[in-house]
Amino acid sequence: MEAVADTMVDVRAALRRDARRRTATALLLVLPLALFLLLTFLVPIGALLWRAVDNPEIARAVPRTVAALARWDAESPAPDAAYAAFVADLLALREQTDAGMLARRLNTEVGGARSLVMNAWRAQPLPATGDAAAVRAQLIALDPRWEEPWIWQAIAKNGARLTPDYLLAAVDLKRTTDGSIVTMDADRSAFRRILARTFGIAAIVTAITLVLAYPLAWWLSTMAPRRANVLLIIVLVPFWTSILVRVAAWIVLLQSGGLVNQTLRGIGLIDEPLALLFNRTGVVIAMVHILLPFMVLPLYSVMKSIPREYVRAAVSLGSHPLAAFVRVYVPQTYAGVAAGGLLVFILAIGYYVTPALLGGPEDQMLSYSVAQYANVHLDWGMACALGSVLLAATLVLYAVYRRFARMEPALA
Amino acid sequence: MKSNAIEAPWERIGHFAVRALCVGVLAFLLLPIVAIVPLSFSSSSFLVYPVPDWSLRWYRELVESAEWIRAAQNSFIVAPAATLIATVLGTMAAVGLARVRFRGKDALLSVLIAPMIVPIVVVGVGTYLFFARFGLTDSYAGLILVHAALGTPFVLTTVSATLQGFDHNLVRASASLGAAPLETFRRVTLPLIAPGVISGALFAFATSFDEVVVTLFLAGPAQVTLPRQMFTGIRENITPVIAAVATLLIVFTTALMLALEWLRGRRATVAR
Amino acid sequence: MKRLAALLPIIVIALHAHAEGTLTVVNFGGANGTAQKKAYYEPFEKLAGVKILPVEYNGEQAKVKAMVETGKVTWDVIEAESADLDRGCDEGLYEKLDWNRIGPKSDFLPAAVHDCGIGIFVWSTVLAYDANRLKDPPKSWADFWDVKRFPGKRALRKNARFNLEFALMADGVKPAEVYKVLATKDGVERAFRKLAELRPHLQWWEAGAQPPQFLVAGDVVMASAYNGRIDAAQREGRNLAIAWAGGIYDIDYWAIPKGTPNRDLATRYIAFAVGPDAQAEFARLISYGPTATKALTKLDAKTLAQLPSAPANAKDALKFDYRFWSDHGEAMEKRFNAWVTQ
Repeated sequence: MEAVADTMVDVRAALRRDARRRTATALLLVLPLALFLLLTFLVPIGALLWRAVDNPEIARAVPRTVAALARWDAESPAPDAAYAAFVADLLALREQTDAGMLARRLNTEVGGARSLVMNAWRAQPLPATGDAAAVRAQLIALDPRWEEPWIWQAIAKNGARLTPDYLLAAVDLKRTTDGSIVTMDADRSAFRRILARTFGIAAIVTAITLVLAYPLAWWLSTMAPRRANVLLIIVLVPFWTSILVRVAAWIVLLQSGGLVNQTLRGIGLIDEPLALLFNRTGVVIAMVHILLPFMVLPLYSVMKSIPREYVRAAVSLGSHPLAAFVRVYVPQTYAGVAAGGLLVFILAIGYYVTPALLGGPEDQMLSYSVAQYANVHLDWGMACALGSVLLAATLVLYAVYRRFARMEPALA
Repeated sequence: MKSNAIEAPWERIGHFAVRALCVGVLAFLLLPIVAIVPLSFSSSSFLVYPVPDWSLRWYRELVESAEWIRAAQNSFIVAPAATLIATVLGTMAAVGLARVRFRGKDALLSVLIAPMIVPIVVVGVGTYLFFARFGLTDSYAGLILVHAALGTPFVLTTVSATLQGFDHNLVRASASLGAAPLETFRRVTLPLIAPGVISGALFAFATSFDEVVVTLFLAGPAQVTLPRQMFTGIRENITPVIAAVATLLIVFTTALMLALEWLRGRRATVAR
Repeated sequence: MKRLAALLPIIVIALHAHAEGTLTVVNFGGANGTAQKKAYYEPFEKLAGVKILPVEYNGEQAKVKAMVETGKVTWDVIEAESADLDRGCDEGLYEKLDWNRIGPKSDFLPAAVHDCGIGIFVWSTVLAYDANRLKDPPKSWADFWDVKRFPGKRALRKNARFNLEFALMADGVKPAEVYKVLATKDGVERAFRKLAELRPHLQWWEAGAQPPQFLVAGDVVMASAYNGRIDAAQREGRNLAIAWAGGIYDIDYWAIPKGTPNRDLATRYIAFAVGPDAQAEFARLISYGPTATKALTKLDAKTLAQLPSAPANAKDALKFDYRFWSDHGEAMEKRFNAWVTQ
């Protein structure tokens, strides 16, 4: 008896050991990919999130001024000590580049700061630097704008290493000088509208792909597998064809002298060419074209596994075929609808190339703003804040998707 | 019985309508891509139908253009290298994850799949900021690394799918016959999952080969790829040269796709 | 897998294929890029025995800034607009030029001389139109805004620069007063209001090659355009025309991004390219005005008459105020962007 019990303990221990070893081997095999993605994907995204709140320029360039302004009420004239500290900070900057960076950063806060700062830098050293009041008088003599509070407000507001300003601005909010948060003026704000548009376009595209994909997936699921496979290749052709090839193709088709307009004119439907390009129509058409396979495939894989018998049973029990289809068949496809719909929506809100090349300025989505701020305005803080908003929206939807769909977003 | 007489024509009309819609959708998917091909053989410098005369002048212009040749070379440097990395790492991870359960596996999978999901502009800006510190911007290496990262989820999912139908007794049998784990992998597992690995590799290749946004942020003038060159061309001056490039790319990707379908057919036979 | 591994050395070799002795020169592309190739790159390649790698851009400074900050500079010489040059010089994006190697400053227009750059050419953003379609030619920005007399779409560059000036001129502000008005808050509001008025009739362009394309394709009846691109279209036989009054002229500069490993070669290239012969050749290829005073004497009357700097053309034109745009450009561009994407 004892021997048997011992053996059983041995076996159990061996099994546990084996399971542990297998898990260890598994993790060892996953490790290279995990590390690789950490360095090429996760840390870079972390860098983006960090840059959205990072605000080093002013704290680094003019620390004395920031300290001198710490107790300033942002309303009364700036203290003489701040003028003296600012000049001392300027003298401590080693290169023109450092002054240039300070000027750039302040100019993103208030227009005009650039020339103000650069002229003060070029005027250094000022004749008298001992007495704070004298320094103040000299700066104001150099440019009367130094007497105004705005440049000091901009410095005081950005003295801290971290700032919520970029993230606030990404949703059209701003901090006032007294620290309260208010909505931005209507003529400066754009991002809420662009965010709403991003979701709007994604929703329209998702709805259209669903309407087009549902019957197609159903039809394919009723076919013999061999035939369905041949037609599936056609569904996959656009997936495999370069996005830029497809964009070029749509330009050829949709331009005012393009095939679509020629055809519509030829059959007498229209007299004047329709504007299909560089507006919402072109963007939606091309996005539907690109995203359709991502809807067809999950639907098809769900529908293929639904037994026909239920609908037939419902019909034989006297239900109208259409009613049977809607009440019995459609509910069984909800998993596929949710998977396909969420996937298309998630992919759509991140679109950049298609709207950039086929849309007008009124059709640009959030990704465009990210690229615009990074490449044109050189405002990385703002670009990263907008990117963070886009990322957050995507991740929330992705979490819902993982819960709902229980399958990988794969096409294979 | 009596209802059938009324419903049959209804049903027939319904079926016909659905089928017409489906054929329409298939045409919508295919025709735009086909439509650009004839324009690349046009003698006219405008991208409009009807084509006045046939000519190969745009292809000649293409092969004589240093920019396009460079772009093609770059694409064929970056995409294979990215594919190689993605395939090796993705396959290893898929084999590792195939048979084990542990806490956090689902979360880990979510992260490994994430490169498919995260908006590409976010990846572009993020890698740009991070890679700049290591001098990896304006370099082939940086571009290859990010493209590889973008391709790994495809390899992971396709190989995982193949492994689902995989009979692990074969591995055990091989081990019990005295084969070392690596040898078992090479001689038993790999041949069986090869179709999945190769189709994953094709997906990874296509991902890199078509990627333009990260390239816009990360690549320097020496790393301009085909999609990047097309992006500039389309935005600034769309000429039939673009149509010629598009045609060549369509031929190339169709060949890739047919290869994939052929592999799938083979995989089905193997499974049987 | 083994075969793939065998490819690795080839890839590694390919990575190092970027040859020594190449100079990357960044230009604004299109007809301008083509003319630069013929007038500057090809002769210099022969002269110096190096290869020039031309890169096109639309003036985005982001790349330059990023390269300089990361110390990985792959652009050796760039064509920069005046406001960008001035700002970039302050921020240390550009090297100070070695004027000893380039020549006496007195050989050039005073405005072409800068610490960090030397003028390549004088260009102008002008009102252009299709002369076949508009028999009654538009003469001013007020006409550009007059959608009753000239029905149809118009094209403007998709940024605030120039457009705010055009809008004020269309609203009756004299060229000499434009920047004075624009410096006030009311002036900015006025400019944006005037732009908004035309908005339903606008199509935007981003690359200099686009406005002549739009005009030729009949998408728009009028456009703001770089005068040289219209000239290039005319040479191809298109009947496009320019209304010079109210044009905004400026100088583009050669500049060397800070930290390029090819600084010496870049300076040699610039010294060559600003020589009177090369500049005269460039002006013959595209109607942008030379900055070297000696180059003007090498041009015939017909070429001279096409340049933005010709007295008849410059008479009612506006000099671009890069100082205003250095200070207020960012705020204006952001506001414009918020407005245009509405």
